[in-house]
Amino acid sequence: MTLTRLLLAAPLLLSTAALLGQSESGLDPADLLKPLKDAWPSYNGDYSGKRYSALDQINRSNVQHLTLAWMCRVTSGPAQGGRGFGRPSVIIGGEGPGDIFTGGGTIKSAVLEVDGALYFTMPDNAWAVDARDGTELWHYFWKTKGGTHIGNRGLGMWHKTLYMETPDDYLVALDSSTGKERWHKPIADLAQGYFSTPAPLVVGNHVLVGTGDDIDAPGFVQSFDPETGDLQWKFFTVPMKKGDVGLESWGNLDAARHGGGQAWVTGVYDPETKLYIFGTGNPTPAFTMGTRGPGDNLFTSALVAINVDTGKLGWYYSTSPHDMHDYDSAQTPILVDAMYHGKMRKLVVTAARNGYFFTLDRVTGEHLVTSKYGLDTNWAKGLNKVGAPIFDPEKNATVAGSLVSPTSDGTTNWEPSSFSPDTGLFYVAQDNGYSLFYLIDVDPRGSMGLGGKEEAQVGSGGSFLTAIDYATGKTVWTRPYYGRGGGGGLLTTAGKLLFAGDGSENLVAHDISNGKPLWHTRIGEVTNAPQTYLLDGHQYLIVATGDTLWSFVLY
Amino acid sequence: MAVVSRMLAQNPPPATPSPAPPTAPASGVRRLGGFVPGQQRPPGDPVQIAHGKALYGVSCTSCHGADLRGGDLGGPNLLRSQVALSDQNGELIIPIIHGSRQDQGMPAIPLNPEDAAAVAAYIRSVVETIGNQGKPPSVGKEAPSILVGDATAGQAYFAAKCGSCHSATGDLAGIATKIDDPKTLQTMWVSGGGRRRRMPVAVAVTRRTITVSVTLPSGETVEGRLVQIDDFLVTVGLADGTVRTFRRDDGVPKVEVHDPMKAHRDLLAVYTDKDIHDVTAYLVTLK
Repeated sequence: MTLTRLLLAAPLLLSTAALLGQSESGLDPADLLKPLKDAWPSYNGDYSGKRYSALDQINRSNVQHLTLAWMCRVTSGPAQGGRGFGRPSVIIGGEGPGDIFTGGGTIKSAVLEVDGALYFTMPDNAWAVDARDGTELWHYFWKTKGGTHIGNRGLGMWHKTLYMETPDDYLVALDSSTGKERWHKPIADLAQGYFSTPAPLVVGNHVLVGTGDDIDAPGFVQSFDPETGDLQWKFFTVPMKKGDVGLESWGNLDAARHGGGQAWVTGVYDPETKLYIFGTGNPTPAFTMGTRGPGDNLFTSALVAINVDTGKLGWYYSTSPHDMHDYDSAQTPILVDAMYHGKMRKLVVTAARNGYFFTLDRVTGEHLVTSKYGLDTNWAKGLNKVGAPIFDPEKNATVAGSLVSPTSDGTTNWEPSSFSPDTGLFYVAQDNGYSLFYLIDVDPRGSMGLGGKEEAQVGSGGSFLTAIDYATGKTVWTRPYYGRGGGGGLLTTAGKLLFAGDGSENLVAHDISNGKPLWHTRIGEVTNAPQTYLLDGHQYLIVATGDTLWSFVLY
Repeated sequence: MAVVSRMLAQNPPPATPSPAPPTAPASGVRRLGGFVPGQQRPPGDPVQIAHGKALYGVSCTSCHGADLRGGDLGGPNLLRSQVALSDQNGELIIPIIHGSRQDQGMPAIPLNPEDAAAVAAYIRSVVETIGNQGKPPSVGKEAPSILVGDATAGQAYFAAKCGSCHSATGDLAGIATKIDDPKTLQTMWVSGGGRRRRMPVAVAVTRRTITVSVTLPSGETVEGRLVQIDDFLVTVGLADGTVRTFRRDDGVPKVEVHDPMKAHRDLLAVYTDKDIHDVTAYLVTLK
């Protein structure tokens, strides 16, 4: 065989391997820098968090022909599930005793699509399935030691290694071809209440990992070596010692060190500035001031930017200074390059759980725009000098009850929003629930964790698909939902479509210009954000409902 | 990080009502619950814990509080202490009792190793009682009264805003006897009885029933209970117990929903907290 013939044959060999989801090289970290199009190689598909796909094969003129390609139902736990002939046995790992019942499970994870294979999770479980027909390729199950099993947001990928976080606080590295474990490392102490839900994000030779906790524990982001799992750096989201930035925003150091600010949703990454930008959770104790002091309680309920190589702080912006309602800011921020006041700017935009929308300069953290997008939001009394809402003490939890919108679930929550460069609009599903917040712990020392209040949800001003102008913060249009829509998150595409669940058991394709439904299918309550990829020249659309993954295609 | 209810809300409801979960786990299977769900620690020795509790009362209470959440002399809350939470067998707590943190203001306590171990065991036993999402063990046992409103003002508000639908001598007569807990009563009236997503097919029509009328292109009108509605379908429950479902296309057929509870929802954006407390203070007089 001549050299020429060899070179010609090589791509054929490679594509045969790719058919089986067994690419020799796996995912090159450089591929993660590409804007979202054919593959879906990371939590948001690309680093920007836009969840905007450049694919346009499915578009407004043909979406009504979208049809079911396949569905795949998975069974969590150690027992063999899946379907088809010769289904694989479950690969079992973990350090737990194996007798802790964690219930069924729901797919709330992003689904990675790389080389014709799909990779997704439930808490303690990871699967690979064939992207062409949904056949299970492997299933990995982690025997847990416990922890809050509320959800898992999926996997990160580096070459042929996948990374999963577990509710009992391990980072597990799996071989993407076989599902076999390469290693696992502890990332937090379960006994301190930590539990881990985010999808790890791979940036170069960093695996970025966040965790959650509900009691009064400090939040942090860690970076691990993708090959060895060794810790590279650890960034705390609250001041941990004298001299740390933000300490003056706390009543004292002990309060800061128990101040929360958990990094429980995967962030986004700006390659030019090397900043990893993520949202943080509520301060603790959440509903009482206790020893927190009257300050902003940095960097809780905030957007935070840290250098991905050093783990050092770049900038921060409090979206809920001194939060008193568990309004985490742990939603997915979105990076946008766009015109602002006549100049091209590098922006970061986010619609926070507290009912406010923000546009910032992502290089410096400079505040540019604030608007109240939550139609019923009533907990704040104006904005401070950097545009963040000022909490109204009258709307804190009280013994007699205070009527507040949104509920502690928020106007939005972890579900990813989307931004379309075609329209210049930011899309989010908002819910305007009201709760009576009753204070039941009047102890002047403050309560603990999320304790100390009872919350009674008493109704809603409605749920709406919402389009927001990033440059003004103004809502351009809303479309009412009958249920609580957008439950798993949103996807926009160059086909001028917006895909989302409608809270009434339909997956809907909306016209991106006005929200009008153009196609729908009644598959049950959508539990993750719709995604899309291109395979064999066809654009696929996938989404999960509970334990089932659905795939749609244009034939 | 109150994501629990939202997450559960995303799961499809069970087809049939589930029985209450058993208080004792099924044999061989541990269920999740509590502060660190599913976490397994060896049970403590009750005699050692009782001894530790007595020692704690003597040597620790003034700084750390009788409930371990911090005391008058400024000692930190031990129930959220990472050291106390992580301690397995005294290995982290005992050195601190013996003076390893004097530079941070924690004095050395003259307890012999056995007594220090007993105090550590007692602390761990209290840590075990921390509730879901970090709720302190003592909270919620005695709820303070929520009644702070002015009943006279509440009566006037009721007459002005509620009187067109409700009456103190009619539908709400004796309401405070039927619902004798003021907080439950307040939550009930503010919510208007709560919200439901999908109506069961067989249910008695009440004054709170949402009804719908569907006018077909032929001019025929179908009226009944609203069973389900979204952008694509509407299902009507008819008087004879059957249902009819209609496809919806660009406003055809014409659908009109009559929701008697809409007035309650609209008021959520109108009430002040004082209005709510006053009305509750008035309603609790309707014995």
